[in-house]
Amino acid sequence: MFRRLLLNSTTMALLALTPLSVNAQDTPSQGGDIVVTYKDDITTLDPAIGYDWVNWSMIKSLYSRLVDYEPGTANIVPSLAESFEVAPDGLTYTFKLRKGVKFSNGREVIASDVKYSIERAINPKTQGPGAGFFGAIVGFDDLMGGSTETLSGIETPDDGTVIFKLIRPDATFLHVLAINFASIVPKEAVEAAGGDFGKKPVGSGPFILKDWTIGQKLEFEKNPDYFVEGVPHVDRVTIEVGQEPLVALLRLQKGEVDIAGDGIPPAKFLEIKNSADGAQMIVDGEQLHTGYITLNAKVKPLDDVKVRQAINMAINKERITRILNGRATPATQPLPPLMPGHDKSFSGYAYDVEKAKALLAEAGYPYGFETILFSTNTDPQPRIAQAIQQDLAAIGIKAEVRALAQGNVIAAGGTEGEAPMIWSGGMAWIADFPDPSNFYGPILGCAGAVQGGWNWSWYCNEDLDKRAVEADSISDPAKTAERQALWSKIYTDIMADAPWVPVINERRVVAKSLRMGGPDNIYIDPTRVINYDAIFVKQ
Amino acid sequence: MLSLLVKRLIQSVLILFGVAAVTFVLLYALPADPARMLAGRSATAQTVANIRHELGLDQPLTVQFVHYVGGLVQGDLGRSYTQKTEVATLIAARLPATLTLMAAGILLEVLFGVVLGSIAALNRGGVIDRTVMMSAFIGVSAPQFVVALLLLYVFAATLGWFPMSGYGTAAHVVLPAVTLGLLGAGWYARMVRSAMIDVLNQDYVRTARAKGLSGARVILRHVLPNAVLPIIAMIGIDIGQFMGGVVVVEAVYGWPGIGQLAWQAIQQVDIPIIMGVTLTSALAIIAGNLFADLVAPVIDPRIRSN
Amino acid sequence: MRVLKEICRQPAALFGLAVILLVLVAALGAPLFAPFDPDEQMFDGLTLEGAPMPPGGQFALGTDTLGRDLLSRMLFGARTSLIIGLVANGIAVTIGLFVGITAGYLRGWAGNLMMRFTDLMMAFPALLLAIVLAALLKPSLWIVAMVIALVNWVQVARIVYTETRGLVERDFILAERSLGAGHGRILFLHILPHLVPTAIVWGTLGIATTVLLEATLSFLGIGVQPPDPSWGNIIFESQSYFQAAPWLVFFPAPSSC
Repeated sequence: MFRRLLLNSTTMALLALTPLSVNAQDTPSQGGDIVVTYKDDITTLDPAIGYDWVNWSMIKSLYSRLVDYEPGTANIVPSLAESFEVAPDGLTYTFKLRKGVKFSNGREVIASDVKYSIERAINPKTQGPGAGFFGAIVGFDDLMGGSTETLSGIETPDDGTVIFKLIRPDATFLHVLAINFASIVPKEAVEAAGGDFGKKPVGSGPFILKDWTIGQKLEFEKNPDYFVEGVPHVDRVTIEVGQEPLVALLRLQKGEVDIAGDGIPPAKFLEIKNSADGAQMIVDGEQLHTGYITLNAKVKPLDDVKVRQAINMAINKERITRILNGRATPATQPLPPLMPGHDKSFSGYAYDVEKAKALLAEAGYPYGFETILFSTNTDPQPRIAQAIQQDLAAIGIKAEVRALAQGNVIAAGGTEGEAPMIWSGGMAWIADFPDPSNFYGPILGCAGAVQGGWNWSWYCNEDLDKRAVEADSISDPAKTAERQALWSKIYTDIMADAPWVPVINERRVVAKSLRMGGPDNIYIDPTRVINYDAIFVKQ
Repeated sequence: MLSLLVKRLIQSVLILFGVAAVTFVLLYALPADPARMLAGRSATAQTVANIRHELGLDQPLTVQFVHYVGGLVQGDLGRSYTQKTEVATLIAARLPATLTLMAAGILLEVLFGVVLGSIAALNRGGVIDRTVMMSAFIGVSAPQFVVALLLLYVFAATLGWFPMSGYGTAAHVVLPAVTLGLLGAGWYARMVRSAMIDVLNQDYVRTARAKGLSGARVILRHVLPNAVLPIIAMIGIDIGQFMGGVVVVEAVYGWPGIGQLAWQAIQQVDIPIIMGVTLTSALAIIAGNLFADLVAPVIDPRIRSN
Repeated sequence: MRVLKEICRQPAALFGLAVILLVLVAALGAPLFAPFDPDEQMFDGLTLEGAPMPPGGQFALGTDTLGRDLLSRMLFGARTSLIIGLVANGIAVTIGLFVGITAGYLRGWAGNLMMRFTDLMMAFPALLLAIVLAALLKPSLWIVAMVIALVNWVQVARIVYTETRGLVERDFILAERSLGAGHGRILFLHILPHLVPTAIVWGTLGIATTVLLEATLSFLGIGVQPPDPSWGNIIFESQSYFQAAPWLVFFPAPSSC
C-alpha cells in the first residue's frame, strides 16, 4: 500500500511539474546541440527592454515569471509561483513562491526579487517599453512620474509570498504577469553589469547564456538546476546572426542549421513546399496576427463612412493571399481566428466591385478621388501595396504608393492628417498576449488617436471606449465567456464604422531540419514565437 | 613631409567635425522618432515621454550636439538606443572582420584588374580585348547579391571547397573576397588598360621593343608604373567605401562586418550607432585619401608634393 | 577632334555608344512596342500557387512576382533608367572633371582646399541625405538623379586630380609653358584630352552602377515609386528569386550593361 501511495504521489508530482502536453507518438528525447540563424543581430536580452520577435523567445527561456502559458495554448498556469489566489473583488492577488529556485549566479529567488524586477520594468530610468502594462498596480503613477523608486502596490510579507494590490479590477493582469517584462531578475547582477545587463543576462529560466561573441553568435546552455524536470530537452542552442535567409535555408538543407529563424523567403517557398522533405521541414502555423489597411477618418474623403465601406468591398483578398503563396487567409474582422473573442459567424464586407462603385457614387464620388497609400519597403509589403493600389483603381480611386522605411511610416501615421491610408504589413499587429483587449487600446481606442499614437485611423468612438473599460473590469475567471462576448461585440460593431480594412491573417512559416522533433505548435507558439523549452532533437 | 602630415591631420579633424555636424542635423531632420520606435506598439504616452527624456531627445538640438561632441573628445561614442551597449564596443567587435575583408577584397580587385587590363591592352583591338573588357563590364554591372549567391552556391554548397558562412579562418575569407574582387575588378581593368595603351603608343616604348627588350620587361618597367597613379587613387577611394560596409556581401556570407550594423541601425533609427559608423567611415575615407596623396609622389617623383 | 580620336581608339567605347542608341530607341518607342500595360497585374500572370510565369506564350520574357509582363516593364523602365543614367552620371562626370583638373593644376592652397572639400563630400553620408530628402519631400526621379550625381562626382574628381598632378609635371607641359602658352590653352588642349579616356571609363561603367544605386534608393523610398518600373527596381525586387525565376534577373541585368 505504501508503494502504491508512493507511486501515485510520484506520478502526481511528475504531472504537476511537467505542464507540457506532448504527442504520445513523439516523446521528447534529451540531449543534442542545435543551431538557429537570424538575419538581425540580437539587440538585448534584458527582459525589461527586449521587445522584438527575435529576442522574445530567448528572453522567455532565460528567465522565469510568476505565471506562464501552457505551451501552444493561451491558458495561464503557475510557473515560478507554486500557487496563487485572487480576492473576490479582484483587487488583491496573492502568490506563493516555489522554494529552491536558483538564479544562474547561485542565489535563491525570493519575494523581494519579484518586487525589484517589476519596479525596474516600470522605472523610467530603465527605458522599458512595457511599463504601461502594469498600470493597474497601486502606486504606479508615482513610480512612472519619477517621484518614488518603489511600488507601494507590491508587498512581500515574507521571502515566499508576494501580494499585488490593484486600483481597479484588471482582467488582463495575469497575462501581464506572464509577459516577458515581468521576468524576474537579481538586483546584484543588474547593478554589477552597469548598464550592460542586456549583454550579460542572469535569470532563473531553463537556459543560461554561456557566451556572446558580439555580431556573430550566442551560446545558450541547458540550466541543470531548472525547477521543471526534463526541461529543456536540448543541451545547447547556438544562435548565429547576420545570416541572409536564403543562405540560411541552403545551410539548413545541407545540415548545418537546424532552425532558420527568419522562415522561408517567398522566393523559395514554393520550391521547398513541393519538395520531398517539404512537409517535415516546413512548419506552418497561425499567429495572433491581422494585416489591415487603416483609413484615416480625419482626412477627406475618408471621413465619410460610406467611402470607407466602399473601400472595404473593393479589396480582393483572395488575390493577395495568392501573392503570398497561400500563407495567409482573408480576414473578416480585426481579431485573428486564434484569439479568444473571434466571431466565426461574422463575415464582414464581401468583395463586390459593383457595390463598391455604387456606394462611392452615393457618397458623392462617382469618379473616385486621389489619395496616398503608405507601406513599409521590405518585401512583400510593397507588392501587396501595389495589389491594393490596383484594386482601388478598379473603383476609381487613384492611390499613390509610398514605400518607406518603417520608422518613417510610423511617424507619418502618428501625425494628424498626414497618412490617408496605411497598409500595416510588416508593422502589423501581433498580439502581446492572447487577450482581445490587446488589439483595442493603442490601435483603435481614443487614447491612441493622438500625435505619435498608433491609432493610424484616428478613430475615436467614446461609446466603444466605455464598453472596452467595462469588459476589462470583469476579472472573475468564471465570467470569462461573458467578457469575451462583450469584446466580440465591440469589434464587430467597429466594423460597421469601418475604420480599417482587415485584409489577411498571415501565418508564420518556420523551416526546421529533419532531425528536429515535436508538434508544430512549439515551433510557432502564439505567445513564445519559438518554444526553446520544448523543442528536441530526434535521436 | 612632417609639416604636410600635421597640416593634413588638422584638416582631417575639421572635416570630421563637419561630417559629425551634418550627420547630426540630418538625423534629427528625420521624421521618424526613435523614442516612439523603442517604446513599441503598446506603450502609453507616459512611457514614450519617459524614454524620450532618458535619451535626452527632449533637449534642444544644439545642447544634444554639444553633449555628443563632448563625449567624442573623451572617446565616448555614446550608448546604442536599442541595445544600450556602448557604441564603441559594438564597432570594435566588428572592426577586425571589416578590415580583413577590406584588405583581401582590395588586393583581389587590384590583382584581377591589373591582370585583365594588361591582357586587354597588349591585345588591343582584338577579340581577346573585347571579351576581357566585356566580362569586366559584366562584373561591375552585375547585382552584388546575385553574384555572391552564385559563388556561394557553386563553390561552397555544391562543391564544398569553402565554408558557406562565418568568420575565423583563412578559408572563410576567400569567397567574400573573391566576390568583391570580381565586382570591383572592372574599374581597375579599364583604368589599367587605358593607361597602358597610352604609354604603349609612346615612342620610347616602341624604341625599347625595337631594341629587343622582352614584352614583360617593357610592361613592368615602363608601362605599369604609369598606370599606378590612378590605381592608387582608386584604392584610396575603395578603402573609404569598404569601411562604409559592404552590406550585401556581408549578409550573404554571414560576415560580421560594420555594414550589417549600420544597416540595422538605420532601420531602427538608432542614432548613436549611425553617428558612430558614419564617423568611422569618414575617418577611413580621409585616411585612404591621405594615403593616396602621400604615396603618389613616391611612385612618380616628378610630382612635387605641396 | 582629339576627343573623337580617343573614342575611336577604343572599340569598346564605340560598342557602348551603339548600345546606348539602341536603348534610346527602345525607350522612346516603348508605348509602341510594349505588348501590355507595364503596371497591369494580370490574373494569368501568376501560376495557381502564385509564382511568376516563365518566358513563353503571351509573355515573351515571362512575368514578375506580381504577374506583370516583364518585357513591357523593361521597355518602359528603359526611359527611367536612361534619364537617371545619362543625366546623373553626366553631371557627376562633368563636375568631377572640372574640380579634379582645377585642383590638380593649381595645386597650392587653392588645390588643397578643393581636395579637402572633396574629402568632406566623400565622407558625407549621402544615403542618409537621400533618406531625409525622401521623408521631407515628395519622392521623385530628380532627387534620385541629384543624390547619385552627388555620390559619383567626388570619385571622378579624386582620380582626375591624381592623374592631373602626374600630367602637369610632364615634359611636354613644361615645354608649352616655356613657350608662353596660357593656362587655359594648356588645360584644354593638352591636359583634358589625356583625361578623356578616364572620363569615358567612368561615364560608361558608371551608368551600370547608377542603375543599381537607383534601385537601392527606390528601396529606401526615394525615387521611382511603385508601380513605376525602372531596370534598377526590377532587378532589386526580383533578385532573391533568381533560383526560382532566373529570367527575372538575367534579362534586365545585361541590358544595364
